[in-house]
Amino acid sequence: MSMTHHAEPAVTTPPASGPRKTDGRTAERPLALRVLARPEVGVFLGAVAVYVFFLITAPPVREAGSMANILYQSSTIGIMALPVALLMIGGEFDLSSGVAVITSALTASMLAYQLSMNVWVGVVVALAVSLAIGFFNGWMVMKTGLPSFLITLGTFLILQGVNLAVTKLVTTNVATDDISDMDGFDQAKKIFASSFDIGGVEVKITIFYWLAFAALATWVLLRTRYGNWIFAVGGNKESARAVGVPVNFTKISLFMLVGFGAWFIGMHQLFTFNTVQSGEGVGQELIYISAAVIGGCLLTGGAGSAIGPVFGAFMFGMVQQGIVYAGWNPDWFKAFLGVMLLGAVLINLWVSRTATRR
Amino acid sequence: MDSSSPRSRRIAPVVAMAAAVALTLAGCSSSSGGKKAEESADGASAGKASTPQMTVALVTHQSPGDTFWDIVRKGAEAAAAKDNVKLIYSADPNAGNQSNLVQNAIDQKVDGIAITLAKPDALKGVVAKAKAANIPVVGLNSGVSEWQKLGLMEFFGQDETVAGEALGKRLNEEGAKKAVCVIQEQGNIGLTQRCDGVKKTFSGTTEVLNVNGTDMPSVKSTITAKLTQDKSIDYVVTLGAPFALTAVQSASDAGSKAKIATFDLNKDLTGAISKGTIQFAVDQQPYLQGYLAIDSLWLYKNNGNYMGGGEAPVLTGPAFVDKTNVDKVAAFAAKGTR
Repeated sequence: MSMTHHAEPAVTTPPASGPRKTDGRTAERPLALRVLARPEVGVFLGAVAVYVFFLITAPPVREAGSMANILYQSSTIGIMALPVALLMIGGEFDLSSGVAVITSALTASMLAYQLSMNVWVGVVVALAVSLAIGFFNGWMVMKTGLPSFLITLGTFLILQGVNLAVTKLVTTNVATDDISDMDGFDQAKKIFASSFDIGGVEVKITIFYWLAFAALATWVLLRTRYGNWIFAVGGNKESARAVGVPVNFTKISLFMLVGFGAWFIGMHQLFTFNTVQSGEGVGQELIYISAAVIGGCLLTGGAGSAIGPVFGAFMFGMVQQGIVYAGWNPDWFKAFLGVMLLGAVLINLWVSRTATRR
Repeated sequence: MDSSSPRSRRIAPVVAMAAAVALTLAGCSSSSGGKKAEESADGASAGKASTPQMTVALVTHQSPGDTFWDIVRKGAEAAAAKDNVKLIYSADPNAGNQSNLVQNAIDQKVDGIAITLAKPDALKGVVAKAKAANIPVVGLNSGVSEWQKLGLMEFFGQDETVAGEALGKRLNEEGAKKAVCVIQEQGNIGLTQRCDGVKKTFSGTTEVLNVNGTDMPSVKSTITAKLTQDKSIDYVVTLGAPFALTAVQSASDAGSKAKIATFDLNKDLTGAISKGTIQFAVDQQPYLQGYLAIDSLWLYKNNGNYMGGGEAPVLTGPAFVDKTNVDKVAAFAAKGTR
């Protein structure tokens, strides 16, 4: 209750300082405050704080190789957190995104293996399946008017069951077969799961995709009509419809974007680990959503950015790996993660409240 | 609702399938690997008993989609097929729900129940009810120290601590100095007992590392981080086959020379052992656990036998699989039964 109350001031500010620069309210305030009022600044400061904290307490973090590892972990969360964040700005969210990643990987792997086809066939069909799941979620939400919480909770359970049952039916095991010796595998691995040597440090390709997708999403949100539509449908669906925003198209396409993200990460996992266990992915949806929320996307929709979730995901990766680099007792792992994240959200909240106070 | 709109939407998967088929015809088939390359393996089959059909329930604490439990179930199914047993399988990782599933079996008036005792206290009451209803109950997999207290007839499995101790001794033989024990599910007693067992007999130092088992990329990064943080680690011990395979990638990412050993097997793991990327695995023979649990209930009903005489557990592990014997095991692992 108090959370929504405190969050109120931030709701109105971000879109105002974003695409429409002529808004009278922000023009009068000093530049520093205007910068601070951006939703991603709080999380940026939080991420810097966490980074500096581990830089001091965990010596291995200072090595470039460790940073590459932290960024890799962050990127596998971050690539999914981006579409999840856009969907949240658009006023909906998706609980099925964690298991959808596994659905996509299972589809590609089993199709290619069972029919002994080039793995690219599996990859393409998996994309179609992932987009179809996103479409189904979006279409159901728009058609029924039910909260996306309920619809995607249903999809989450369906996919969890289907992942297991179909894998068992098709492979007679609960994990897929190793596809690493099949045609097209090496090529697909290059695209989805390769790494580069940069100054003696091995850097995973997902990090580049993550940053490129974030840049693309930022451009779309701030510079295109589609970006305005996302803010509009998340802010007030009815008034958006009234001014001619294609609400159904916008929301359904956002769900499909999450499907695309699930496919991408699913392919990364498949081509990194060669096989997929059907029970994985459960609980990941909450991590994606957390990264987006920490990154300044409101649970109520209508506000947020694409760059915020990048820092949100970075914080997850940083804290998760930082504890290990520091060599601390792992029993406290989850509790520590929770405390750090809560701290970050509070910094985030404090910054945006201070900045928007007039 | 109008029916035309949803129907047209269902076209997408059909189109996708059609595309897949078309692509196959267009020559997209893989010349290596895949199902075609998989040899058609014969399942273990020993005919079928002529005894009247009996019904047995197997209720485990399996979480969905775990390769280990799948092998247990296959063993149980093989025994059921041979013994003319109708097998009812159910599972829930939540102890309360597992207890309800046992009650469900009692209500169905089954001829025998096989259960796992991951959380023995939660199952105490319902086991007593089964006994009151004159249904024989046997235990498998977990609960080696509790099965007698609960009044179970027999027990099939490995003592997790003993298995851990065996692995610890093996590490001494390998000349290891510092081992990290990777737990993929925080708070699971069986996994903790394994690491405790390793610590007990291993003369070097052991450290526990918790990882998020449902997210493989994070498992990979976390092990990498640990190996970077502590360069003195020369052995990574994982508690499940898929995590061992991931640990191999982590060691290479971290530029670490640490060797990998693991509990439990699967078919990819046998390949890694013969290639030498993984040193050895401690196998508790899950297939045997499932098989014996069902077979024992059949023997009891038809011949009054008790395995272990009702006093001692029947141990199915620890059995070591390493480069010297992996070839014998690999063929069975490929079928998903070992």
